[in-house]
Amino acid sequence: LICLCLHPGAGQDVGRSCILVSIAGKNVMLDCGMHMGYNDDRRFPDFSYITQNGRLTDFLDCVIISHFHLDHCGALPYFSEMVGYDGPIYMTHPTKAICPILLEDYRKITVDKKGETNFFTSQMIKDCMKKVVAVHLHQTVQVDEELEIKAYYAGHVLGAAMFQIKVGCESVVYTGDYNMTPDRHLGAAWIDKCRPDLLISESTYATTIRDSKRCRERDFLKKVHETVERGGKVLIPVFALGRAQELCILLETFWERMNLKAPIYFSTGLTEKANHYYKLFITWTNQKIRKTFVQRNMFEFKHIKAFDRAFADNPGPMVVFATPGMLHAGQSLQIFRKWAGNEKNMVIMPGYCVQGTVGHKILSGQRKLEMEGRQILEVKMQVEYMSFSAHADAKGIMQLIRQAEPRNVLLVHGEAKKMEFLKQKIEQEFHVNCYMPANGETTTIFTNPSIPVDISLGLLKRETAIGLLPDAKKPKLMHGTLIMKDNSFRLVSPEQALKELGLAEHQLRFTCRVHIQDPRKEHETVLRVYNHLKGVLKDYSVQHLPDGSITVESILIQATAHSEDQGTKVLLVSWTYQDEELGSYLTSLLKKGLPQSTA
Amino acid sequence: MAAHLKKRVYEEFTKVVQQQHEDLSAKKLRLTKPSKSAALHVDLCKATSPADALQYLLQFARKPVEVESVEGVVRILLEHYYKENDASVRLKIASLLGLLSKTAGFSPDCIMDDAINTLQNEKSHQVLAQLLDTLLVIGTKLTENPSVRMRLVEVACKHLTDSSHGVRNKCLQLIGCLGPVEKGVAKEAESQAAKDVQKIIGDHFNDQDPRVRTAAIKAMLQLHERGLKLQQAIYSQACKLLADDYEQVRSAAVQLIWVLSQLYPESIVPIPSSNEEIRLVDDAFGKICHMVSDGSWVVRVQAAKLLGSMQQVSSHFLEQTLDKKLMSDLRRKRTAHERAKELYSSGEFSSGRKWGDDAPKEEIDTGAVNLIESGACGAFVHGLEDEMYEVRIAAVEALCMLAQSSPSFAEKCLDFLVDMFNDEIEEVRLQSIHTMRKISNNITLREDQLDTVLAVLEDSSRDIREALHELLCCTNVSTKEGIHLALVELLKNLTKYPTDRESIWKCLKFLGSRHPTLVLPLVPELLSTHPFFDTPEPDMDDPAYIAVLVLIFNAAKSCPTMPALFSDHTFRHYAYLRDSLSHLVPPLRLPGRKLLSSPVSPSIAPHEDPSQQFLHQSLERVYNLQHLDPQGIQELLEFTIRDLQRLGELQSELAGMADFTATYLQCQLLLIKALQEKLWNVAAPLYLKQNALASAAAKQILEETYKMEFMYSGVESRQVVIIHHMRLQAKALQLIVTARTTRGVEPLFGMCEKFLQEVDSFQRCFISELPHMQGSFVDKLLDLMPRLVTSKPSEVVKILQTTLRQSTFLHLPLPEQLHRATANIIEPTGESDNPLRFTSGLVVALDVDATLEHVQDPQGTVKVQVLYPDGQAQIIHPKPADFRNPGPGRHRLITQVYLSHTAWTEPCQIEVRLLLAYNSNRSKASAKIPKSSWSESLEALPQSENGIEGTIPFSKPVKVYIMPKPARR
Repeated sequence: LICLCLHPGAGQDVGRSCILVSIAGKNVMLDCGMHMGYNDDRRFPDFSYITQNGRLTDFLDCVIISHFHLDHCGALPYFSEMVGYDGPIYMTHPTKAICPILLEDYRKITVDKKGETNFFTSQMIKDCMKKVVAVHLHQTVQVDEELEIKAYYAGHVLGAAMFQIKVGCESVVYTGDYNMTPDRHLGAAWIDKCRPDLLISESTYATTIRDSKRCRERDFLKKVHETVERGGKVLIPVFALGRAQELCILLETFWERMNLKAPIYFSTGLTEKANHYYKLFITWTNQKIRKTFVQRNMFEFKHIKAFDRAFADNPGPMVVFATPGMLHAGQSLQIFRKWAGNEKNMVIMPGYCVQGTVGHKILSGQRKLEMEGRQILEVKMQVEYMSFSAHADAKGIMQLIRQAEPRNVLLVHGEAKKMEFLKQKIEQEFHVNCYMPANGETTTIFTNPSIPVDISLGLLKRETAIGLLPDAKKPKLMHGTLIMKDNSFRLVSPEQALKELGLAEHQLRFTCRVHIQDPRKEHETVLRVYNHLKGVLKDYSVQHLPDGSITVESILIQATAHSEDQGTKVLLVSWTYQDEELGSYLTSLLKKGLPQSTA
Repeated sequence: MAAHLKKRVYEEFTKVVQQQHEDLSAKKLRLTKPSKSAALHVDLCKATSPADALQYLLQFARKPVEVESVEGVVRILLEHYYKENDASVRLKIASLLGLLSKTAGFSPDCIMDDAINTLQNEKSHQVLAQLLDTLLVIGTKLTENPSVRMRLVEVACKHLTDSSHGVRNKCLQLIGCLGPVEKGVAKEAESQAAKDVQKIIGDHFNDQDPRVRTAAIKAMLQLHERGLKLQQAIYSQACKLLADDYEQVRSAAVQLIWVLSQLYPESIVPIPSSNEEIRLVDDAFGKICHMVSDGSWVVRVQAAKLLGSMQQVSSHFLEQTLDKKLMSDLRRKRTAHERAKELYSSGEFSSGRKWGDDAPKEEIDTGAVNLIESGACGAFVHGLEDEMYEVRIAAVEALCMLAQSSPSFAEKCLDFLVDMFNDEIEEVRLQSIHTMRKISNNITLREDQLDTVLAVLEDSSRDIREALHELLCCTNVSTKEGIHLALVELLKNLTKYPTDRESIWKCLKFLGSRHPTLVLPLVPELLSTHPFFDTPEPDMDDPAYIAVLVLIFNAAKSCPTMPALFSDHTFRHYAYLRDSLSHLVPPLRLPGRKLLSSPVSPSIAPHEDPSQQFLHQSLERVYNLQHLDPQGIQELLEFTIRDLQRLGELQSELAGMADFTATYLQCQLLLIKALQEKLWNVAAPLYLKQNALASAAAKQILEETYKMEFMYSGVESRQVVIIHHMRLQAKALQLIVTARTTRGVEPLFGMCEKFLQEVDSFQRCFISELPHMQGSFVDKLLDLMPRLVTSKPSEVVKILQTTLRQSTFLHLPLPEQLHRATANIIEPTGESDNPLRFTSGLVVALDVDATLEHVQDPQGTVKVQVLYPDGQAQIIHPKPADFRNPGPGRHRLITQVYLSHTAWTEPCQIEVRLLLAYNSNRSKASAKIPKSSWSESLEALPQSENGIEGTIPFSKPVKVYIMPKPARR
């Protein structure tokens, strides 16, 4: 019943997340990302795929953005303003605050620096953000009468959320990117046992189980500390948002604890603006920051100051965070060139570097770099690699699945080969179906929707009174009449149904003759039958009526001598169809004959 | 009575407000029982609407009810209960019934039948639940009566089928609290009631309401607590509950599983998906481990805590908890810990210089990787990385407990504990350092681990640093490089935080004495001696140099070859340090320098015995010679006291004992002296001076007895009797002196009476000890008691005087261990010449740092006193959180004292000292009167008769120079 269509992007690929879900007739688009690797049309998802003709607004009920990373929201202004979509866009408050900053930065780089035309403008970003509806954690938002969405905390970056989309009793959970281990500034993703029909999970680290973050942190701090003590300078190239804040907090607290004096700088730019939002959205951070912000907001850094270009030449130790993260351009590269010659200095790469960037070159051990203008730069400084990534690893993904208990799992945002492994594991351990569609592929998942039926109180009380204590976990058998009328279902007692429909009650009786070889007189036979039944059916009321018949509950048994053969008695068993079960049991019992020894 | 009622009724009809006033005054007059219930009755009759009645009941509930009138009140309430139609009023009545039956001294069996009867016709579920609650209260008061319990359980069973969760909840609670624990009793009672309570409760494990499920599990746990052995069959049921949707159910289920695992650790349970079987405790361990990654942090904390106490678990399972197989792109990766270990063993120390250093190596068989292991895999890895620090602390604690019982596990968990030293929350860091200290007997630190540990020495938090010093005191280090590293880091710490001096020296002392062989090769380097050249003599006052020397001297104690490496000045420095820092520098047997080594004989081992013997001998002497002439006794006492005091100074282990006895003898001496005064023979008014001496003696004895009672830890009841006896004597002395000096008889009456009361209470408190006190003052006094009670004060005084003179000196038995509470103010040092300046009228915070030894319950007893030059004294109660507990018997007080004063013309010194507060009631069996919990009555019970509160100064005062400046306008 749920039909799911994956858009170019997402699927078995990292970057360009964009997923389309049709759930019980509602169409929801999850994320609207761009691909960093392309500079042409391929960078945005192909929206014409959604509807060949006709407006997107008519087709889509809502758009949900999980967090502010560009591979999840980068195509949003293009989608809403240039392609044209006027429906609601949902994201969390921090995402709504930070997203436009990043989009604007992205626009500046592509338009102003690279000189591209036919790109969205600042005004478009603004217009686009006007369509955004901000949601709170665990707030159930009613998109329309049937469709509702709810956000869960996802870790990863500030404001990242997982979304539960629910129509009637069918539901889908989309995780976006999430992190199951807490870090220095964010907590771990959490979801309740919502038992969705489908869980769409990212699987960036489908085949990795990571080491404890403490070792990584300790290593990082130790290296920085040692270098600073030696009087060296440390360069940490970072992307402006996300990891950078975590590392800042890490260094800031370390400096505080150890009473260090060496200055830490952060290259300015969009960070300052973003940091402001980090200060504001304290509720989205981890326990430590939430608990101590009354005394001091951890994001009001004491030791970290804004960087000025002139500082790079200052003598003495220092630590500098500089953008961009892969050392391919900008401030980080400038500083790198200044410092590379001194073996006392150190550069720490906190994340993955794309092939071809300076970052990648030095990480793979190249010591002589050719810069523009055929300069040769000799790298004497130490080069370190530290992985600070905020995606859930294989164990984390499994843990989330365990928490949410979905009926089906769908893996996106990862490499096909790795996903294959995880898929196999999920099916093995949880016995649920797991899918991993490729780009553009549609997956259809059939669900068993439960249909709510109204039951009249009288009937419910009557029926529950019959059995033992009601047990929530077990299905219970009830007798009643199902009336399907005007698109509604009702379960009522038969009497009431008859009354409503204006029908008279018909009784259906089954009668059955059983022949018994018994030479004795009729009433003796009856007595024997009576004793026999009384002995066998201990839980039922067996009565011998004065007119010579026997009743077992409401079943009537009469005995007459066979008209031809006096030695054969005919037992007449008669029951209504409600007592079918007992009645057929009785006949089969009687057919076996009476025990001989009874006297 | 009736007239009174009538009057009240009329009054109430006219003015409602006034009635309240009258009520108040009535309370003050303590009107007795009839008025109480009657007034209630009237109120209730008069109430026109349920809301009114409820108001009356609420008002009524605010006042306490005397024991005698409880039953009457209950009857009236019940009567109204039957009449009342409104459920809320009935509910309130039911709750009142419960509160009333809680009244101390009231036996609720008389109202039980009525309470059960009320259940029969009740329709409202809430009222039913409340009534059952009342029955629970009644039942808990009558636990000794099995038939009552039986009956109540039966009632509860009957209502278990109720459709409201609240009622079922209460029923289960009732069964849990009152259900029969012994099988035998159940059988002899009516047969149908002898149903198995466990089965009844177990049936509700699958109730549809999570609250009822929780209550069922709790009831089961309650039964367990009351001593019923739970059946093993419950285990499988409980395991199913672990997957419940509701956190409180899971949390309770974890507890239940833990209980069962402790009951049946060795029984065998099958593993569901296979044919294998494992021990139950292992299975339970695995299941609880699984809960460490539960969705709810409450459950996680619970699970992590319980893991610590499952010591029977097999080591194979235990070690799995720290296991987390890493992989990257389906290839096995080594953890950073493993890499560190490998680097260490291969001799290379730097790590992670290259990218891809941690590159994955071997391929993994995809089938073999189990991502969510059913077992205990990685439970602690998860727990220690948890989001909530509560969970992390619980995990560290559990780790500690498990590691204490299993050395191999301790070795394995080391890496993880070391990692926790870098946690973001200080509490967690501190906890993990303490944990490490506790398991330090089982472990030896590798160099790289030591490196991480030592890095924390730079922490700006003093607590962390000191905890770390403590840890280093008892750590085993494996190599000489390790020792060197530790020393270097400690010296770095010393330069950064000079206040840590003492603690660092102490740490090095232990480090040296634990690793003499590792220190030996380092000595030349540390002392910077050179085989050919003389090196300059280091500065003797340099704390860093002293630190090095402390390390070396302590190592030299068990390494006789070491002194050969010392240069001349080292020996000189040794002599100096041995004198000035004798607690840090041990006596050494130095070649050719016997004289210097120490005034006391260097062999210390057999030294303890003689001093102890000496102590006992001197005491014996005193006790044996008590029939000497007065002069002789006095002299003997004086000598013995002097001896004992000197002994206490010399032998720190015996100091408590020696001081204690010396104080006792001092009291005796004072008493004897006071009785020898001439004033007893002469007419009173002429000898005012001597008389001042006697009363001063009495006062001092009193003070000393309080010191004896409250300043020593380890005082047993035998000693307490003697101390109290001494105090009684002092009081008698006081009485006699007053009788001698005051004219008129009136004040004496009161004093005599008070004294006799005290004798009486002494007799009551120590009745069991009286036989040991033959011939003593109190013994004689009690013989004369009938005469004393009837006679006049003057006669009493006379009798007292003679008994006091005739009474014998009581032998003071010594307890095994006796320690005197001591306090030492480290900060402020009192040496500063710079006055602390502040604007008058405002406050200045003075940091106070003190060590306390052998103080019991310092949070309650230790106060800081500030004495201003104008005689004004201020007592400050430090917050409980200001006390740290670094080791058994030791406490550390780090607090801030706020000072303020009006402006002075010039700086002046104030005195800061620590006081030990005591309350003479505290020691007496601590029979506290339970607060009447059912009413928030303002009438606090009067403090019990003779609770004397006071303070004993127990630290040297420290002077602080302060200067409140006049405020500038």
